[in-house]
Amino acid sequence: MRYLPLSADDRRDMLAAIGAGSVEDLFVDVPQEVRDAAVFDLPDHQGELAIERAFTRFAMQNLSPGCAPSFLGAGAYRHHIPAAVDALIQRGEFLTSYTPYQPEISQGTLQALFEFQTQVCLLTGMEVANASMYDAATGCAEAALMAARVTRRKAVLISGGVHPHYAEVIETQLGFTDIACDRLDPDPVGIEDLIGRVDQHHACVVVQTPNFFGRFADYTALAAECRAVGALLVIAVSEPVSLGALKPPGEMGADIVVVDGSSLGMPLSFGGPGVGLFATREKYVRNMPGRLVGETVDVDGHRGWVLTLSTREQHIRREKATSNICTNSGLCALAFSIHVAMLGETGYTGLAEVNHKTAVQLAKRVATVPGVKVHAAAFFNEFAVMLPKPAAEVVEALAKKGILGGVPVSRFYPSYPEMENLLLLAATETNSAEDIEALVAALTEVLR
Amino acid sequence: MNEIHVAASAPVGTVTGNRGLIVEEPLIFEQGTDTGSGVDLPEPFDVPDRLGDFRRTGPIGLPGLAEPQVVRHYTRLSQKNYSIDAGFYPLGSCTMKYNPRLNEKIARTPGLGDLHPFQPVSTAQGALAVIHTLAGWLMELTGMAGVAMSPAAGAHGELCGVMAIRAAQEAKGNPRKVILVPESAHGTNPATAALCGYSVVAIPATAEGRVDIAALKAKLNDDVAGIMLTNPNTCGLFERDVREIAELVHGAGAFFYMDGANFNAIIGRVKVADLGVDAMHINLHKTFSTPHGGGGPGAGPTVFSEALAKFAPLPFVKKSGETFELVETRAQAGADAQPFGRMKGFHGQFGVMLRALSYAMALGKDGLKQASGDAVLNANYILARLKDTLSAPFEGPCMHEALFDDGFLKDTGVTTLDMAKALIDEGYHPMTMYFPLVVHGALLIEPTETESKQTLDLFIETMQALAAKAKSGDSEFFHAAPRLTPRRRLDETLAARKPVLRWSQKAD
Repeated sequence: MRYLPLSADDRRDMLAAIGAGSVEDLFVDVPQEVRDAAVFDLPDHQGELAIERAFTRFAMQNLSPGCAPSFLGAGAYRHHIPAAVDALIQRGEFLTSYTPYQPEISQGTLQALFEFQTQVCLLTGMEVANASMYDAATGCAEAALMAARVTRRKAVLISGGVHPHYAEVIETQLGFTDIACDRLDPDPVGIEDLIGRVDQHHACVVVQTPNFFGRFADYTALAAECRAVGALLVIAVSEPVSLGALKPPGEMGADIVVVDGSSLGMPLSFGGPGVGLFATREKYVRNMPGRLVGETVDVDGHRGWVLTLSTREQHIRREKATSNICTNSGLCALAFSIHVAMLGETGYTGLAEVNHKTAVQLAKRVATVPGVKVHAAAFFNEFAVMLPKPAAEVVEALAKKGILGGVPVSRFYPSYPEMENLLLLAATETNSAEDIEALVAALTEVLR
Repeated sequence: MNEIHVAASAPVGTVTGNRGLIVEEPLIFEQGTDTGSGVDLPEPFDVPDRLGDFRRTGPIGLPGLAEPQVVRHYTRLSQKNYSIDAGFYPLGSCTMKYNPRLNEKIARTPGLGDLHPFQPVSTAQGALAVIHTLAGWLMELTGMAGVAMSPAAGAHGELCGVMAIRAAQEAKGNPRKVILVPESAHGTNPATAALCGYSVVAIPATAEGRVDIAALKAKLNDDVAGIMLTNPNTCGLFERDVREIAELVHGAGAFFYMDGANFNAIIGRVKVADLGVDAMHINLHKTFSTPHGGGGPGAGPTVFSEALAKFAPLPFVKKSGETFELVETRAQAGADAQPFGRMKGFHGQFGVMLRALSYAMALGKDGLKQASGDAVLNANYILARLKDTLSAPFEGPCMHEALFDDGFLKDTGVTTLDMAKALIDEGYHPMTMYFPLVVHGALLIEPTETESKQTLDLFIETMQALAAKAKSGDSEFFHAAPRLTPRRRLDETLAARKPVLRWSQKAD
């Protein structure tokens, strides 16, 4: 077996050194009947070639967004990843190291995470950021729990514009605590009144920008109202590229910002693994979940980095920890960080502009299709359109033509008939003018 | 016995501060220009923007570097990391086994790695088949009735298991109040129980390093919702009485959560369903060889018994005829399922699942059995050859890891931490230190099955030499270690007292 270095002679010599007759003897503490009963209906080992073929067959049953015009979004956005990013994260020193518990031989990972934390602060306009969460959905749940700890309050208000998966993960987690969850109905038109609803019982309000339906709101006034009633404002962002064009959440007065970082640095990989960015104000740092990297010096006075403030964490505080998180998204955070480093200031803002203008072109062209109504005046790289028939059917028909033509809202909200015809369309720098024209032509045909 | 060699050449000063291959590397924010970039973008469409009043007004503050500068920066950083590719990494309970490169290639297969989570399921049948196939392997290897594939890591899988337990207890009319956790447990166990609204009651260990059955009996009552038991436990021992424990727990109307962090010791040899387990997470990034990546991503699919399976969270894959369905909402779930909710955005760690399935297929049932056998053999070899040099608190045989305490360092002025730092100079990643908490100054050594006898022999000789050095009274040698690393011991107290958690432009 190609991954196992011991030879038969090695095994014999080692058993002799141990004083055991066989490997089976080492399992003496496992009840014999249990070992005897363990019969597995599974294949035996296979070579690389056979495995590659099996996965190629799996792949052939899928339509890859890499070879079809794709306008899919709804919280996951396909961007071009520079070749250097994947080459660098595949260096074994990054790929095959553990959490940096021994700082003297982990300065590479630690410095990279310190840079990542800094990038997250700059992009969100916040003061401190952690070394990553699993994703934005779990990050939002952690934010709600953190707000409850900070305010010692037992209720959370969730906007109807928050991604339904984020809202469901918050609801699920809080359902196992004594914190109440007030989740508002989906808000495709952007008229919900959060300022009128938040009060002194709320630990926080969770909003998203651009929201699930692609709309913006300026949350500055909501932030002021939150401050007035003593609640925290949590702002979620599902498209980090938008931060290159839009007013950052920190500037609007956010107390906690959660970003889904998965659209930068790594392939979408059917939705995971991704990375959740998590940032807050300095005064709340000791209530934060997750790992933090901090600067220090070594015994020779040289600058270096360590994991720090770990008295918040499960391996020290056990049941009193701020979170149970241990393994997070280290390598995805590194990929995100390298992609951001490759872009730089001009690249990041330029990428945001290309995304936005591509979406504007898409909206302009799609609006010419008979029966289609574009649903937003201002948007970043995604918007909702109302179709004359159920969006799920339209998307299936487009897929048969080889086009991944958006995400039907009904996939998330099957019990809201008024949203059955609503379709989310996203565009990124990966979409060409030809892609857009192909969608317009196909959509015209499907709706005819 | 090996002597400790003194290097022929003393460290020399250099102009740059660099030392050969160890190159000083500034932060990325201390490099680059305002306008540099490593990416050439397409021209934007010539249309007016529609950002309204929401436009960003100030700069982000990112440095601009060309591609070669970025590549050199991260290459230099990588050279300051220890890794399993480069050397022996016997970090107990973390299972640092070799990560096959085939898995990386498979995860990047066009048509798998680049799929969008919300493309129509009719265009992602192959992806659902991958999830379904891996789920089948996990259920067959454990003998369990169901599996939740979406948890993102071990602790997340624990959360999934305890949430299902709470959901099942609520369905019986009373969520109950307490989760029992042995003293030797990972910190994630009590933290997870607390996240589910349970209080934690600790179960002491016997002098043999196993659960004290009498103490367990005394703590079992109508308030107990379940037990979280790592098995093999964190002392590297199999809980011989596991089936009795399961019976006692079930007899009290509680559920048995088995923490699967150490499943790699028994895979291919034991179906945990036969131990009376109700739920167990499986760390794909340990047992199934997917890389740790400097702290993730992982995946923690959680298998369930018949009693808990129907409470498994959304989403899940269902096969009807030749078609795979992705059940994403309660409305789709059907009457027999009672999902307790959703734990993760999208559909779980698909990229990690690809790697894990590739590994499972590569080893097969024969290779997985050989892998757990070699892992246990390697650990017992270390235990046998070091137990007279170090001090072993419990009798063997051990499972996949060998536990020592710091008794052998008594009155030497050398601590477990000092030993670990001296090992770094010898070219090793240290073992897990000071865990489990049930022995003093623990050194927990997990060699895994992917190490050769030659590697183990040199490590054993190194440990013997270091132990002799410590006993000889030369504690200063240890206190000054490590000497040969990019950075020497770092001031963690300073880092915590005056936290600097981000780079900032220095005020002039």
